[in-house]
Amino acid sequence: MENECFVPAEPTACIDERQFSIMTTGKNKSRIHCADDSLAGAVSQRACVYSGARVVLNPVTDAVHLVHGPIGCAAYTWDIRGSLSSGPEMFRQSFSTDLKERDVVFGGEKKLVACIDEVVEKYHPPAIFVYATCVVGLIGDDIVAVCKEASERHGIDVIPVESSGFISGNKIVGYRAAGEALLKLIRPEEGETVEKTRKLNFLGEYNLGGEKWLVERYLAEMGVEINVAFTGDSTVAALKKAPGACLNLVQCSGSMHWVAMSLEKEYGIPYIDVNFFGAENTAESLRKIARFYGDEEIVRRTEALIEREMERVRPVIAKYRAKLAGKRAAIYVGGAFKALAIIRQLQELGMEVMFTGTQTGKPEDYEQIGNIVSEGTVVIDDANPAEIEKFLLEKNVDMMAGGVKERFLAHKLGVGFVDHNHDRKDGLAGFDGAIRFASEVYATTCSPVWERVKKNPFEEAEG
Amino acid sequence: MTGCKVTSRVRQVNENQCHMCMPLGGVIALRGVEHSVALVHGSQGCSTYMRLANVEHFNEPIDIASSSLNEKQAIFGGEANLRIALDNVIRVYRPKVIGILTSCLAETMGDDVERFVETYRTDREIGEIEIISVSTPSYGGTHTEGFWATTRAVIAHYARPAERHGGINVIVPNISPADIREIKRLLDLMGLEYTLLPDYSLTLDRPFGGRYQKIAPGGTPTAAIARMSGARATIQFGLTCPDTLSPGLFLEERFGVPLINLPLPIGLDGTDLFVGTLKDLSGQPVPDSLMLERGWLCDAMADTHKINAAARPVIYGEPELVYALAKLCLENGSVPAVIAGGTRNSGLAALLQPLLKDALEEPIVLEEADFVTIEDAAVRTSANLAVGHSGGKYLTERQGIPGLRVGYPIHDRVGGQRILSVGYAGTLALLDRFTNTLLEAKYSSYRRQRKEELLNEKGVSDAKA
Repeated sequence: MENECFVPAEPTACIDERQFSIMTTGKNKSRIHCADDSLAGAVSQRACVYSGARVVLNPVTDAVHLVHGPIGCAAYTWDIRGSLSSGPEMFRQSFSTDLKERDVVFGGEKKLVACIDEVVEKYHPPAIFVYATCVVGLIGDDIVAVCKEASERHGIDVIPVESSGFISGNKIVGYRAAGEALLKLIRPEEGETVEKTRKLNFLGEYNLGGEKWLVERYLAEMGVEINVAFTGDSTVAALKKAPGACLNLVQCSGSMHWVAMSLEKEYGIPYIDVNFFGAENTAESLRKIARFYGDEEIVRRTEALIEREMERVRPVIAKYRAKLAGKRAAIYVGGAFKALAIIRQLQELGMEVMFTGTQTGKPEDYEQIGNIVSEGTVVIDDANPAEIEKFLLEKNVDMMAGGVKERFLAHKLGVGFVDHNHDRKDGLAGFDGAIRFASEVYATTCSPVWERVKKNPFEEAEG
Repeated sequence: MTGCKVTSRVRQVNENQCHMCMPLGGVIALRGVEHSVALVHGSQGCSTYMRLANVEHFNEPIDIASSSLNEKQAIFGGEANLRIALDNVIRVYRPKVIGILTSCLAETMGDDVERFVETYRTDREIGEIEIISVSTPSYGGTHTEGFWATTRAVIAHYARPAERHGGINVIVPNISPADIREIKRLLDLMGLEYTLLPDYSLTLDRPFGGRYQKIAPGGTPTAAIARMSGARATIQFGLTCPDTLSPGLFLEERFGVPLINLPLPIGLDGTDLFVGTLKDLSGQPVPDSLMLERGWLCDAMADTHKINAAARPVIYGEPELVYALAKLCLENGSVPAVIAGGTRNSGLAALLQPLLKDALEEPIVLEEADFVTIEDAAVRTSANLAVGHSGGKYLTERQGIPGLRVGYPIHDRVGGQRILSVGYAGTLALLDRFTNTLLEAKYSSYRRQRKEELLNEKGVSDAKA
């Protein structure tokens, strides 16, 4: 198979088995290998199934999130997202059954029951999500039975999330486990129905830095109302009204496509894909929504909104574009949805995307990525730091967009960095987000620190 | 006066964790061994989470390999994956030392890692590469215990009966790279030959270099570790280290190296104790430059004692640091409101007892604590300063108690790797931050507070109803 990975100065950066996970657009005829298990010892940037489930469900604000396992799994995910709440803050507490050696030997079910009872007595939450971790999957705790029993005893939803970390797959499998838990939560009781409305659900929106609120403001101006978001700033009661929506917007495709399809099957709610990262994407998405409602007044208001906002955004983007045109960028993020959105925004800023990759992309995602980047762009699935370093240097990258783990690697190489991660505190969605993103890209790409820190004023001039 | 009340968490559920998991501490300790790479034998998530926690604290790129176990291995055992992981780590990183840390999953599966390593060594030609495995299941202890266990395992791996030499061993707990550098500076000033382990002062705090080194230079050389068994003494900052995990005790019992267990050199007393020990060991006087530093610290203590006496801090974190911080507060006239640690079996309460015998107030001492318990105790005792790592963020965010960041992990401020608190100079830096945090809180609120306290809503001071 043709492969462009093996011309590096440092031959050890690529592990043979990883060669089919790295492609150069325009050169490879075969498809990229992805969605495989991570290769042992390769220092993948991926997390685990539990992590996937935890980040999707975390923003359900009034639920208790109880992690059934030893302390680590809970400690690492405490308050892990920058999701904002308009009310309850329960989701920011980190509950762990804190399994000890004894529990691992004799089983953790009893302790789980005791923990559920304690939490119910103290907080009376409307729902408890019980997350399975590696160890409980292995010792065979029947969390489904424990949850069912506790649910009946306390008269609240106690929902098992089957997210044992070692299940192969990766975060995507965890997204699915979270999706199943959500569907379970919203399924109406026998004989009950949820009243249908003209409102829409917003799937894959986590209200990072208030992004859900920002989009909600646009929609309000158009005359469209959000029923509930999955799961940004949601409550258990609001989620239970999800079957009453007339439309589902799907934003983060990795985490929510399956849920959208299930909602369509079960409740007949159609869905459309949207993307609020970048001004052009935002405008397109708003138009799509307006078209769905097919109401002339909504369409008129939408166009007015877009025109006004684009007029505000355009000169700002042009200002940054003048500084950023021709600069070289790299992108390594969790999902393809985000990668695509960032590629487009960087292209709008006149930048060249030199390499890109994701932790969890699917073959069709990579095909889409291949279509929008220019020839010669390196595309990597499940990259490791050695590969990221290699391509940052080889491709002479000026700026990288990624998550925390990549940040300091970029900085050490003197490469600018923009966080596009679930723990960010400022919104990057909508028209305002597009402006913020452009200003962040400028601040890091054109920072005055780079030329200084790369120089050694005391070095003797050669020759 | 009993000194202090000790409370352990009675609840089953742990709500807002004050400690992390065992292999995480092992990863840090391994960074202190020259040319080493940490490999977590477990599912992919474990190593990614540990990377994240360390990256956020040290602000450095940090690679931790994983054997990426999944359900197939959970049934059939993780040997094959561990071997692939070792192959790949050797190929990409070319380490001299690989430290294998087990996760809960591997331990629960019952993988016999020692045997796997034996087999791997015999049928792979890996030459000089050493492989050290440490059992670190999260259900068996916290990151504190993981740090000690790994440090002890590293010493045990290399220790052979060695020729006696004049150097000393210095074993440090989980402190910042800046603290390690300061301890080394004091050792150099006192003219001692020493081996400090684990020395991650350079590996976890790299200068900007224009290039990422997969294995950062620095760390304790393995040849020096092998000579630790022949040293004339070991200084270990490990009063709270359980005997079964104590690296210094291991060297004493196996090789007769006398163990001098000291508190961390934080505060005047703590630093005096350390410098005094170095003076005895070296037979050299304390240099003038160091006496100057001591003098500046004393001067600051004199100038700020009344401000500091008003502090009723809640101190939390790893027991060794918490103990040293409590000492620092007490020697400056501040009686802690709450002293809390997330671990058990640290003996923290017993150690604190004699320090607290003259205190007018009775601190609440919590062991195996979570932050809900700590927060509750802090509110009940009207604590006015929160001293510790980022886990205590709600003490400030929700209870309005001003925070002072020290310890591990720190992810909501920059510079966790360069927080300096040891030695006379480090103590002075910490004490100034301590005092200034109190002052900042005071200046931003005292006008409003007095007004609310003494005037009614019309702005008039009237008779108390």
